[in-house]
Amino acid sequence: MTKQVQQLDRVIIRFAGDSGDGMQLTGDRFTQETAAFGNDLSTLPNFPAEIRAPAGTLPGVSSFQLHFADHDILTPGDAPNVLVAMNPAALKANIGDLPRGGDLIVNTDEFTRRNLAKVGYATNPVEDETLAGYRVHALPLTSMTVTALADFDLSKKDAERAKNMFALGLLSWLYHRPTEGTLAFLERKFAAKPEIMKANIAAFQAGWSFGETTEAFSVQYEIKPAEHEAGLYRNITGNTALAYGLVAAGVRSGLPVYLGSYPITPASDILHELSKHKRFGVRTFQAEDEIAAVGAAIGASFGGSLGVTTTSGPGIALKSEAIGLAVATELPLVVIDVQRAGPSTGLPTKTEQADLLQAMHGRNGEAPVPVVAPRSPSDCFDAALEAARIAVKYRTPVIVLSDGYLANGSEPWKLPDTAGLPVIEPGFARAGDEEFQPFKRDPDTLARPWAVPGTPGLEHRIGGLEKADGSGNISYDGANHDLMTRLRQAKVDGIANDIAPLAVDDPSGEARVLIMGWGGTYGAISAAVRRVRKTGQHVAQAHLRHLNPFPANLEQVLRAYDRVIVPEINLGQLALLLRGRFLVDVIGYNRMRGLPFKAEELAGVIQDVIDSE
Amino acid sequence: MNGHANGHANGRSALSLVPKTDAEQTLKDFKTDQEVRWCPGCGDYAILAAVQSFLPELGLKRENITFVSGIGCSSRFPYYMNTYGFHSIHGRAPAIATGLATSRPDLSVWVVTGDGDALSIGGNHLIHALRRNVNLKILLFNNRIYGLTKGQYSPTSETGKITKSTPMGSLDAPFNPISLAVGAEGTFVARTIDSDRKHLQSVLRAAAEHRGTALVEIYQNCNIFNDGAFDPLKDAAVRDDITIRLEHGRPIVFGREGEKAVVRGAGGGLEVVPTASVDASRIVVHDAANPDPSAAFALSRLDSPAFEHTPIGIFRDVDRPSYDELMRAQVEEAAERQGPGDLAALIAGGDTWRID
Repeated sequence: MTKQVQQLDRVIIRFAGDSGDGMQLTGDRFTQETAAFGNDLSTLPNFPAEIRAPAGTLPGVSSFQLHFADHDILTPGDAPNVLVAMNPAALKANIGDLPRGGDLIVNTDEFTRRNLAKVGYATNPVEDETLAGYRVHALPLTSMTVTALADFDLSKKDAERAKNMFALGLLSWLYHRPTEGTLAFLERKFAAKPEIMKANIAAFQAGWSFGETTEAFSVQYEIKPAEHEAGLYRNITGNTALAYGLVAAGVRSGLPVYLGSYPITPASDILHELSKHKRFGVRTFQAEDEIAAVGAAIGASFGGSLGVTTTSGPGIALKSEAIGLAVATELPLVVIDVQRAGPSTGLPTKTEQADLLQAMHGRNGEAPVPVVAPRSPSDCFDAALEAARIAVKYRTPVIVLSDGYLANGSEPWKLPDTAGLPVIEPGFARAGDEEFQPFKRDPDTLARPWAVPGTPGLEHRIGGLEKADGSGNISYDGANHDLMTRLRQAKVDGIANDIAPLAVDDPSGEARVLIMGWGGTYGAISAAVRRVRKTGQHVAQAHLRHLNPFPANLEQVLRAYDRVIVPEINLGQLALLLRGRFLVDVIGYNRMRGLPFKAEELAGVIQDVIDSE
Repeated sequence: MNGHANGHANGRSALSLVPKTDAEQTLKDFKTDQEVRWCPGCGDYAILAAVQSFLPELGLKRENITFVSGIGCSSRFPYYMNTYGFHSIHGRAPAIATGLATSRPDLSVWVVTGDGDALSIGGNHLIHALRRNVNLKILLFNNRIYGLTKGQYSPTSETGKITKSTPMGSLDAPFNPISLAVGAEGTFVARTIDSDRKHLQSVLRAAAEHRGTALVEIYQNCNIFNDGAFDPLKDAAVRDDITIRLEHGRPIVFGREGEKAVVRGAGGGLEVVPTASVDASRIVVHDAANPDPSAAFALSRLDSPAFEHTPIGIFRDVDRPSYDELMRAQVEEAAERQGPGDLAALIAGGDTWRID
C-alpha cells in the first residue's frame, strides 16, 4: 500500500527500554543510518550505573535520544517528538518528557499485570485514559518478532531478544533510513553465530515490512539531508574523539603516547579505544589504581613519552598529589577528566561540570595547571591536541575537562586534513658547552629543559622537593621558594599569549547581554541564543575553551556588556572565578540534574535578563 | 634442579638492551656534588657506598641508569647518585618507575624505598609491580621504623613496639617483606644487610641481571630511632650461629661449624634441627629457581622476632617474561600485523560519507 509521505525539518526520537533490551545499540544503529543519510544530528544516551538493574524496574530504564534534522542543529533536543517505550517502566520514566500530541510507540507484550505492578501502574495505561492526548501506537513488538522468527532454530528467549531490531526496522521504515549499514553491522557483530545473525536481520526486515503494510502508520516521514560544508564526514562520540586527538598528538609530536589509566565511568572508553592503536606506538597501561595510573604516565613523560592519564572526578581527587608532582618537576602530562555528577561516587553515568574548581585548585600548595575544555563531541579531538601542545611546549600537566554528555553523545564530524594539524616540537635538551641546569628556563615560555634519561652529559635529579632556580638543587631558601612559586605561576599565566583571544558572537553589535559558558554546554547555549535572536532580540555569546589561563581579552569582553549570564551544570564555579578575578557581577544559572541544559530553559533565562534590563 | 638461578640460561638478562660503555668507571663517577644529609652513623651511607662501588662492574652508560624513589630517609638516595634520578612522592616510586621502565627498554631502572614507603603507603604499587614482573630493581631499606617523621612504628616493627605513636606498644602484626614479595608472585626476592658489603654487592649483582622485578630487602640500621634493630646479625659473637646464608644448590646448614640444618617439618613448613640428628639426605637443598613459590615462602618463615635464625641471600630467582618485554612485543606485533599507523585512515574509521 502506498503511504503518504510527510516532510519534516527535524525529529527527536527517544528509544527507551530495560537495560537488557539493547536500547543503546538500537539508538546507535539508528544514529549511524541517520549520519549516512546526511542529516545533521546530536545524540544523548542516558543509562543507569547498574549493568543490569532488576528487569522491568524504573532504575533499570535505559534510553537513547537522537535529534536529527535537515539543517545544522546543536543539541540532542529538549523533548522527544517520538517515544519508543519497550516496557511499562520505560513508559513511566519517560512519558513526562513527551509533549502532548507526540507519537508514542509501546510494546504491549510487556504490559503484563506483573510488569505494570512493578512500577506502580494500578491499571494498564495503554487501555485507560492515561495516554489520551498522545498518538499511541500500541504494538505487540515482542510477539510479532517471535512470529517473524518462527522458522529459526532459536529458543523463545533468543527470539524475543531480537525485538529491538524489529523496533529499529520499523523506525527505519518510518523515517526513510538507509539500511545497508545496519545489515553490514549485524553481519559483523554476529559473524560467529550465524543463526542469531540471520534472526536479527530477519527481525529488522520484519519491522520494516510491518511499517509498510500496517494501517497503524498511515504516514511515512522524510527529513532531507542537511546542508553541510563539502568534505568527508563521520559520526563520532566525545570519548572516541579524545582518543583520536591523543593519537594525533603522538603522530604530530613524534612522541610515543603512554596512557596510564584505571577503569572508571564515563572515561573507560578512552582506554579501550587507545588500547586498539598500538600500531601507532601507543602504550596503554591499566594500572592497579588511579594513583599508579598517573604515576606511570609521569614516569613515561620523564622518559620522553607523551604521558597521559584518563579518569573522572573521583580519579582526579586520587591523582591530585601526583599532578602536583608533575607541576613541581615541570614534566609534560595530559590529564583527562570526563566529569560526572558528584560528590563522591555521585551519579556515575550522568553529566556535570562540577570539577572546574578541583581542576583549578585541587592540589596542595600553589600548583597552577592549565585547563582546557571541549565544547562538543567532535571538538574533543581538537581539545586533546591543544592540551598536548601546551603540555609539551610548557613542560606542564594540563587538565582536559570533558563530561559525560560529550563522552557518550555524538555528532557528525568533518574530518580534518591530518597534514594540516599543528606540529608539536618536543625540543629535547642536548648537552652543550655550559654546565647543564635542569631548571634554567626558556626566556619566552619560561619552560625548563626536558632532558630525558639516556642523554649523555645531562644526568640530573628532579623531585617534589623545592628546587633552586636554575641548578635544580634542593633548596629550602625562602626567597628561592617565593621566586619559584611566582615563576611556575608566570609560566602558566604566559600561555594566555599563546592561545586565541575569546571570540564573541554578537552579529548585530547591539546586544547588551552576554551569555558565557564553558565546555559541554555550548550546544544548548547556542541553540538558546538562536531562539532568542529569532524573536528579534539581541544577545551576545562567548564560550571558553581555556579556563586556565583565561584568554587575554576576557576582561574586556566581560566589561563590554551590561549583564553577563553564566549557565553552568554546577553551583557557579566559573562564576566564582570570574567574579574573583575581574570583579564582574555575573549572573549564574545553575542546575545539576545529570543531564544537559535544554535550549528552551536557557532561552527563558536570557529572555528574563533582557526583560530586566 | 631447574637451572638458572643466577645463571640466565636463556641469555635474556635485564640489561641486554642497556647500552654499555668502554670507558673505565669508578665509584667516583657515580658520586654527585650534593652533600649527603643522612644522620651520622646511618646505615644508608654503607648502602650508598656499596651501590656506587658496585655499579662500575656493570659497565653501563651512566646516562642509561635511573634511580627512582618515594619519600623517606632512604628516598633521598637519587640525589647522591650521578645518574638520572627522580625523587617522587610517598609510596609511588614503583608506579612511576613502571611507566619509565615499560617505555624505555634501554634503561636500568632502580627503585629505592623504605619499609614505610614500600609496605604502608605504597603497598599496593609494590605488590602489583612484583606480580607484573616489570623490569625494576627495588631496594627496600628496612629499618623497622619511621625515621623522617621522627620515630613512629612501621609495618615491619615488631608487635608491642614502644614508639611516639604507640606509648603502650604497637598492636600491629608486622609484615615479613620476603613472604609478602613471594606471595605477590615476585620472581626475584632477596635479603641482605647494610653492614655486609660483600654480600650486599653479590645480591645487587644478581638483581641487576634479573629479568623482571627484583626485590632486595636490605636490613638497615637507623641509629637514631631504632638503633641496634639487627644487632644479632652483626655481632661477631653470635651472627654465625643465627645467620642462614642461602646459596643456590647447596644444602641449607648454618652455625659456626655447620651444626644446624634446615629440614622439612611435620606441619608442611621448614624447621631447624641439629645437623647431626638427621640423615644428610633430609637436609633441604636450596633451589632458588624452584618454580613453586612455597619453597621460598617456607624459607622466609624461618625468621623470628628474636633472631633465633634468619636467612639472608637469594630466596627466589625464577625466569618469567618481564612486563615491559611483553608490552613491547604487543606494540611490535600490532605494527607488524597491521602496518604502521595511518592517522587519516584511523580517524575516518569505517562509516564515512562525503558531501560535495
